Parts: sequence; C-alpha cells; structure tokens
Amino acid sequence: MKHPALWRLVIVVGAVLAIEFACRAGIIDRVTMVPPSQMAVALVRMSSSAPWFWSDAGSTFQNIGVAITLSIVLGFLIGLVIHALPRLRTVLNPVLLSYYAVPTFVYYPLLIVIFGIGPASLIVMGAMFGIVAMISATLSSIDRIPRVYGKVARVTRLSPWQTALRIKLPAAMPHLIAGIKLAVAYSVIGVIAGEFILATAGLGRRLTLSYNEFDTATMYGLILLIFIAVAIINSALQHWEARIHRRWYQA
Amino acid sequence: MVSDADIHVALKGVTRVYPALSGQGEVHALGPIDLTIRRGEFFGVVGPSGCGKSTLLETVAGLVRPTAGTGTFEGKEIGDQVPDGIGVVFQEDASFPWLTVERNVEFGLRRADVDSAEIARRVDHAIDFMGLNAFRRAYPSQLSGGMRQRVCIARTLVTRPRLILLDEPFGALDQQTRLLMGEELLRLWRDTGATVVLITHSLDEAAMLSDRVAVMSSRPGRFIATLETNWPRDRDSRIVSEPTFGQLTSQLWTLLRDESKKALNAG
Amino acid sequence: MKQSWTDYAILASASVLLWQVAYYFAGSEAITPPIETAQRLGVLMDGARFWEHARATGVAFVYAGALALVGGLVLGIAIGASRTAHEILTPILSTLYSIPKIMLYPVVLLVFGLGLSAKVAFGAMHGFFPVALFAIGAIRNIPPVLVRTGRVMRLSRLDLVRNILLPAALPEIVTGLRIGFSTTLLGTLMGELFASSEGLGFLLIRAMDIHNVPDIMALTLLLFLVATAVNILILAVERRVHSHGT
Repeated sequence: MKHPALWRLVIVVGAVLAIEFACRAGIIDRVTMVPPSQMAVALVRMSSSAPWFWSDAGSTFQNIGVAITLSIVLGFLIGLVIHALPRLRTVLNPVLLSYYAVPTFVYYPLLIVIFGIGPASLIVMGAMFGIVAMISATLSSIDRIPRVYGKVARVTRLSPWQTALRIKLPAAMPHLIAGIKLAVAYSVIGVIAGEFILATAGLGRRLTLSYNEFDTATMYGLILLIFIAVAIINSALQHWEARIHRRWYQA
Repeated sequence: MVSDADIHVALKGVTRVYPALSGQGEVHALGPIDLTIRRGEFFGVVGPSGCGKSTLLETVAGLVRPTAGTGTFEGKEIGDQVPDGIGVVFQEDASFPWLTVERNVEFGLRRADVDSAEIARRVDHAIDFMGLNAFRRAYPSQLSGGMRQRVCIARTLVTRPRLILLDEPFGALDQQTRLLMGEELLRLWRDTGATVVLITHSLDEAAMLSDRVAVMSSRPGRFIATLETNWPRDRDSRIVSEPTFGQLTSQLWTLLRDESKKALNAG
Repeated sequence: MKQSWTDYAILASASVLLWQVAYYFAGSEAITPPIETAQRLGVLMDGARFWEHARATGVAFVYAGALALVGGLVLGIAIGASRTAHEILTPILSTLYSIPKIMLYPVVLLVFGLGLSAKVAFGAMHGFFPVALFAIGAIRNIPPVLVRTGRVMRLSRLDLVRNILLPAALPEIVTGLRIGFSTTLLGTLMGELFASSEGLGFLLIRAMDIHNVPDIMALTLLLFLVATAVNILILAVERRVHSHGT
C-alpha cells in the first residue's frame, strides 16, 4: 500500500467536501448543520471579535492542561506504588477493571459539594476520569519491563527512586504512551462534560448556550475548535510514539 | 595451600529453596554448595539445564539470598545487597534501548563517586576496548546481538569491578562469534586482572576459557567435580587444537552426560 | 496473584468503611451514608414509576448496544481482514475514538431531536468505536502461522474462519465487547441527561438539579452495581475465552 497517509487525506477531504455540498444543496437543512466552510468562518470571527472567546477558551484549556498533568503524573506515581505492592494490586484489581464501567459523571454532584462550582471541580473531574487509564497503563507497562533491567539496577546499586526514574520510566515508555493518550482523551472529556453540566464558564458552557439560542454557526464553530485542539494534541502524541518506536525497534 | 588473602569468593553450604508455583511444596533449586574462588582466576561452571547455575551466580552477586549457608566476598558476607566491586553480565540483552551506546556504557558509573573527567576517561577506554568506537552514537536496536552484549560488558567494565560474573553471556550468539567473544573475554580478564566467573552450557567454552571448571549435577545443583585446566595465562581460541583440550572436554562430558539425561527426563 | 474471595471482601468492606468516613467528614449535604443509601434505593425501586424509567433506559441501551455491536463487529472485521483498509482507515477510527463525543452532543440533538433516537444514537456512537477497534486488533494480531497451517491442511474458507480465525481472534474481540458495553451504557445515560424526560439518566439529572443527595447516591449505587455486575460477568467469559486461547 503506497502512501496510506495520502489516501487518508483524500478520504477526509472528500468527506468534508461531501458535507459542504450536502449543506449548501439543502440536503442537510440549516437548522441541523451549517456547511463546514461556515464553521471555519464562524470560528475565525469568534476568535477575533467575540468578547468571551479568549477567556472561555483559556479557561477550558487551562483546566484541561492541569487535569491532564494531574492524571499523568499522579497516575504514574500511584501505578508505581501499586505495582510495588502486589497484595494491594490484587485487592484493587476489580476497581481498576470496573472503574470505567460506571459513568463517571455520577460523581459530579459530590465533587461540586466538596470543591464548589469553579475550576477546581472541573479539574478534579477531568483528572478523575483520566487517572485510572494511566494507572492501568502504568501497571501493564511496568509488567512488561524485562526483569534483567531490575537486576542491572541492583548491580549498579541504584536507589529505588533512581531505579524508577532512570530505568522503569524510560523502559515503560512505549506502552506508557498508550496510557498517556487515553488519559489525555479522558481528561478532555471530563472537563468539557463538566462544563456542560455545571455551566459556569468555559467552552462547554458556550456550547450549551449557543445551542439553546439556536446559534448553530457559533455552536459548530466551537465544536470545530475543540476538534482541532484534540487533533493537534493527538497528532503530537502519535509522533512522539512513532519516534520512540523507531528508536527502540529499528532492527 | 591457598592463603586467606587469595580467596576472593567463598560459599559454604549455600542452598536455595523456594515455594513451588503450584502452591504445593517447595523447589530445591540449589545446593548445598561449597566453593572457594581464588583472586584473579578464571572460574567456569557447567551443568545441565535447570541445575541452578544462574541461581548460584545470583547468590554470589547478592541478587538472591540463600535459604541456608553463607557467602562471602573479600571476607565480608554478601547478604542481599550487591557488594561494591562486582560486575554482572546477564544472559538476556540488558542494553537499554532508549540510550545510545555511549550513554549505556556511562550508565554503569551512575552511582560512582567519580568526577566527570574520570567518567569520560573510563567510558572512552571501555568503548575502545570493546571495539565500539564506530557505534558510540548508535542505539542498541541498530546493533547485532553480539554488539549489544559488548555494550553490556563495556557498561560493566567502567566500574572497574574486581569480580566479573557472566551468566551465559554468549547464549544467543552463533558459534564463530562465541569463539571470538571468548577471546575478548580472555583479553579483558588479563587487562583488568579481575576474577572472572563464567556460567556456560558450552563445554568447549568452559574448557577453553577457564583456569578451573566446576561441573554441577542436575537439580538440585551440587558440585560433582572441579577440573584444573593448567592453561597458560596468555591463551586464545587456538588452544582448542591442543590434544589436552580434547581430553578435557571428554572428561567434562563424561561427568555431565548422566546428569544431563536426568535433567532432560525431568521435563 | 490469584484473586480470592477474601480480596473482594476486603475491597468491599474497605469501600463501605471509606464511604462512612467520608460521610462523617462531608456531612449529609454532600453524602448519604451506606445504609441510608441502600434504604433509599429500596424505596425508589418500590415505586412503579421507577421501573418505567428503568425500562426506558433498558430499551434504549439494548438498541444502542445492538447497533454498536453489529456495526462495530462488521466494520472491525472487514477492516481488519484487509491490509489496505487497515492501513488507511484505522488511524482515522483511532482519532475519532479520541474525540470527546460529548461535544457532539448538541449535534446529535439537532439531528435526532429529543427522545429515544437521540439516546440510542449517542449510546451507539460511544460503543461502536471500542468494539470496532478491538476487532481490528484481534484480526491483525492473529499469528500468520495459524493461517498458513490452515491452508496447508487444505481447509475450506468457512472452516478456516470458523475453526482457526475466530477462536484466535475471540479473546480480543470479547475484550472489545466488554469495553463497548460500558461505553454504550455511559453514552445512553448521558443521552438521557438532556434529551429525555424518562430514564435513569433523567432521574439522575433531576435529582442533581434539586440537589436531592439521597436520590443521587441511591441511583449512583444502582448504576454502579449493575455496571459492575455485568462487567464481572463479561470478564468471566473473557477469562474462559482467553485461557482456551492460550
């Protein structure tokens, strides 16, 4: 298969053009969806002239950023600790497996009471959603570290902390990245879903507002923005993953 | 008679027993082993699979605590911390895929109280000694298995170990490469003056490289016999054509044959 | 390490204990303690209205689940079986999977209006991706040597699929179904938050709106128990399938 990336581009562009055409030709009515070109226009317009744009976008992405950092760092540390205590791991195993079985938004009311209506709740929501994916990925990636690395650590007489930082972390990276991708995706969902439900600030709230006001152009513009942001983050993570794979698995 | 100062490693009654995976009973993996290794000698160990050779090595290294018996290194008890002055080369590829060859070798000195100029000097020397100069910036994934083992050996070298333990280091390599790597090992031994303990399943390798070869029984591994090879210190792989070499390997095989059969049938 | 009943017991009792302690710290404004929650749940489940809501959620979930399952498996197996399709399409699917589908919520409402179809659409949208992606992975990960063995044995196409490919791919497919189940449930409930006037999700948002803590906790407990129970069931199936595979 030559140039799958090219074909992908063709398919994506084709889909967008098809939707554009369908909207303009009236197959899809204006109330339901606006043409993609108009979504882009609306987004540009928003970013330059809407008074709320930068504060809402800033608020959302800031919360997402903190939530992601918390999920990843705390998730990795907790994963390290759980891995070092096999008994604890056995006991907690059902929790890790079933965590995502329960719709996480059920915890939102509780979080609001504890953290109030504000960025803290949103951040905790995002972090709570992403952290378990990171913990599970940390556990399974440390599992896969060849046992001989641990022996090298002991022969080199590293402390447990040095072993974790200098050996476990880099050795786990290929699999850890899968967890990081999930943690990022879930943190984004957690924050935005929280903004929908809490409706105090941020892009999620704007989305709900524009929906209620039948301002479909703005609504889709915002969706486009979030989509682009997620695509960029994802792309960056993919590249990082590819780089590591190339370095590790060249032969 | 060997004086106390000459004894580098001494094991007395070292035994290793661990609970069976199935949860029932125990596995008697090793021993009891009595062993003295002289300072500066090249000591080889052969034995059938599963006889506990690796466990023996890990006990000496301090990676595993014996269930019974004591082990001492330079007069002090080994315990379950790896003592200073011991280097280990493992069977599996232990080179770190995320570091270049240079950084891999440097890693060995991570804990050392050595200034950066000295680190650079030692790294340069080890890389040069193991013939890795052309690959300093390469990543292990770009190298062959033999080269990767050289990286691991270089990483061990930089710490200037007084005792070098090797657990089937050339297991994954082809015969010709093994012979050449064996020569390099001899060169290393002479150059560093370290005591070397080599675990191998290759009788030829043990016979060619060692001053003494110990033969282990099938599990639970015990020493059946120890043979002196009386080779000159500056030997290389060409001694395989000496008549005494053939006698030596025959002796080893005679000792080992029955034990190996037992191991094979034990499953 | 094997999971024993004592481990589950420890986990359950530790959780209940933590719950009780949290209540002491946070007060009844925030949390209802375990026993009262269970009682409240009992009261709720006694009412006839409750079961209408439960049924509404159940119906929507079954439709959404069926769509996600069939659609996901068909597409997943089709893409997985073709190298070309896999190289081109799987990254697109992966990217779509990582988009927070929550943001498409208003779009779904616009397209489907309020009511059952929106819920089903949302639920199916969520469940489709894990099922498809895991199915693709399952097929791609079939060791080629198995296929070659089948060809050497001169098996017919159907035989090959039924006796070699399917058993080889089954474990990973079942994992995808398990995750698909959870995400479909999540999607359906989220669909009920705003798009409907019936269903357990609706009951939940109503309780959240008026800050009825006992109801919030009782419903949460119910959802938690149901989701966990089904998960454990599918996990048991998964374990059987995995051990047969190895």
